[in-house]
Amino acid sequence: MDDLLNLDDQLTDEQRMVRDAVRGFVSRQVLPRVGDWFEEGVFPARELAPALGSLGVLGMHLDGYGCAGLDAISYGVACRELEAGDSGLRSFVSVQGSLAMFPIWKYGSDEQKEEWLPAMAAGDAIGCFGLTEPDHGSDPAGMRTTAKQDPSGDWTLNGAKMWITNGSIADVAVVWAQTDSGIRGFVVPTSTPGFSAPEIHRKMSLRASVTSSLYFDDVRLPASAVLPGVTGLKGPLSCLSEARFGILWGVVGAARACLEAAVEYATTRVQFGKPIGAFQLTQEKLAWMAVSLGQAGLTALHLGRLKDAGTLQPRQVSFGKLANVRAALDIARQARSVLGANGVTLEYPVIRHMNNLESVLTYEGTQEIHTLVLGEALTGLPAYR
Amino acid sequence: MNIVVCVKQVPDTATERKLRSDDKTLDRDAADGVINELCEYAVEEALKIKEAHGGEVTVLTMGPSKATDTIRKALAMGADKAVHLVDDALHGSDALSTSYALAQTLKKIGFDLVILGSESTDARTGVLAAMLAERLGTPQLTLARKVDIDGSAVTIERVTDYGYDKVEASLPAVVSVVEKINEPRYPSFKGIMAAKKKPVETLGIADAEIAADQVGLASAWSEVVEFAAAPPRAAGTVVKDEGDGGAKAAEFLASKKFI
Repeated sequence: MDDLLNLDDQLTDEQRMVRDAVRGFVSRQVLPRVGDWFEEGVFPARELAPALGSLGVLGMHLDGYGCAGLDAISYGVACRELEAGDSGLRSFVSVQGSLAMFPIWKYGSDEQKEEWLPAMAAGDAIGCFGLTEPDHGSDPAGMRTTAKQDPSGDWTLNGAKMWITNGSIADVAVVWAQTDSGIRGFVVPTSTPGFSAPEIHRKMSLRASVTSSLYFDDVRLPASAVLPGVTGLKGPLSCLSEARFGILWGVVGAARACLEAAVEYATTRVQFGKPIGAFQLTQEKLAWMAVSLGQAGLTALHLGRLKDAGTLQPRQVSFGKLANVRAALDIARQARSVLGANGVTLEYPVIRHMNNLESVLTYEGTQEIHTLVLGEALTGLPAYR
Repeated sequence: MNIVVCVKQVPDTATERKLRSDDKTLDRDAADGVINELCEYAVEEALKIKEAHGGEVTVLTMGPSKATDTIRKALAMGADKAVHLVDDALHGSDALSTSYALAQTLKKIGFDLVILGSESTDARTGVLAAMLAERLGTPQLTLARKVDIDGSAVTIERVTDYGYDKVEASLPAVVSVVEKINEPRYPSFKGIMAAKKKPVETLGIADAEIAADQVGLASAWSEVVEFAAAPPRAAGTVVKDEGDGGAKAAEFLASKKFI
């Protein structure tokens, strides 16, 4: 399909190589099978993680400890190509790299980094991130999970987390909990007694992704389990800002896959003696989808440049997440209508992307919260307090 | 072991490819340049041999300056260094003069084993490995689906119409590979980062002691006299089955030499 704006001409040779490597991986290893994973509600993480690790995707934007150390735009391009496969695949990579590895890399002790980062970069160890709770989603400050330190220095963790990607398959969980000194992060091996992570079933979205609850029932942790480098909500929020950056690129990939499917279908499906793509109603849909896709791609590229320059602000990430996920969901819905009845089957990628994007709209900061972030940025008046 | 892989940049087969109207050579600006697919298999095989037997893998590319993209890709896959033969005088070289230019360069940089893809997706002559071996005075082991190295001996399985031949020779030698030989790796992100720092030596024809009057369009032994766009695909033939459908289908296949 013609990229009307030739946006990828703006990429460096190296970024294009990253794109081609991930695109090749997705087209060979993921696209032929992802429809079945979605239907069966499975994600073969133990098979894919080492492959993603040897490609270098896991923690690719981090330095050292076996990570590739690529720039932000390369990370974005990789997320875009992964999500052109499936949002579940990109979610796996986002959670591993930005939510589990990033806090250990940024706030962890040398021992925590040595223990976990090389294995996680290789895909031998899988991580998850526990912030959201059953009763605290958009308002994490009210979390009820607690960690209490006894005189020996050991910690005891109690509480529950919900909607945790990779939870049931993780080897390590980065868990945020209230302590006497504020919110702290803990590196919790999932083999620790008292830790359990049942999978959440009956989802109609992100079916090729593992989503779980986490329960902590007197989980005893050594003093060394706490992330020494951060106290307060800014810890988890900085991780989410990293992951949202991946999302605002990723959804461009999902949207592109939908538009490609719609163009292919519109030019081959014949009704009334001509391809339906020759009808003005269809062309209008395709044209606006392409305009939205181009705008989303431009937004991602611009924010990538800001991130590489070190000036990207959280409200700009909110702008990108808000604008690009909405654009992607609109494109997916339009594509679905172009494909008619075929659009609702897993023979085509469109309904899968469309359903996935409903989760992406909500997770990592809902549309509503990101809207309020921009509202506050414009007026100086915080509406959620 | 000093392994040299000859890698070619070709126009992307996914885009429309054109010849130039002025000198009837390939229009390299009309399409994106990509690594020739069979060359990826050659690089993969070189890396496997290096991993098993040690040594060094050098990428050798003859092509315009934009071929550096292709060199970087081969380096990102894991090759150690590259030599880029680039000179305006090489423009329009045919297979014979290309084999001369590459042979001169190989003599200069040295080699124990030269590996090539068995053909390129642009010119499709498939003769370079044989010509190169002849010019270098080494054995040629072409169309390999398997390569084994044992000391100074190299053994391949050469794909034939009837199965395969087992061919053995001593090093130094020239090997060409077919796509059955392996599954090329993706460049890893670490490989992509490392490729930036790997040495790429750029040589002109004088550096490689290539005589200007033996290369380029003017010295080519073959000439493109005329070319035309491929005709659009014609409508298919519909054969109605009147009890003899099988026979008619067989007749059609026989007429196209499929059976």
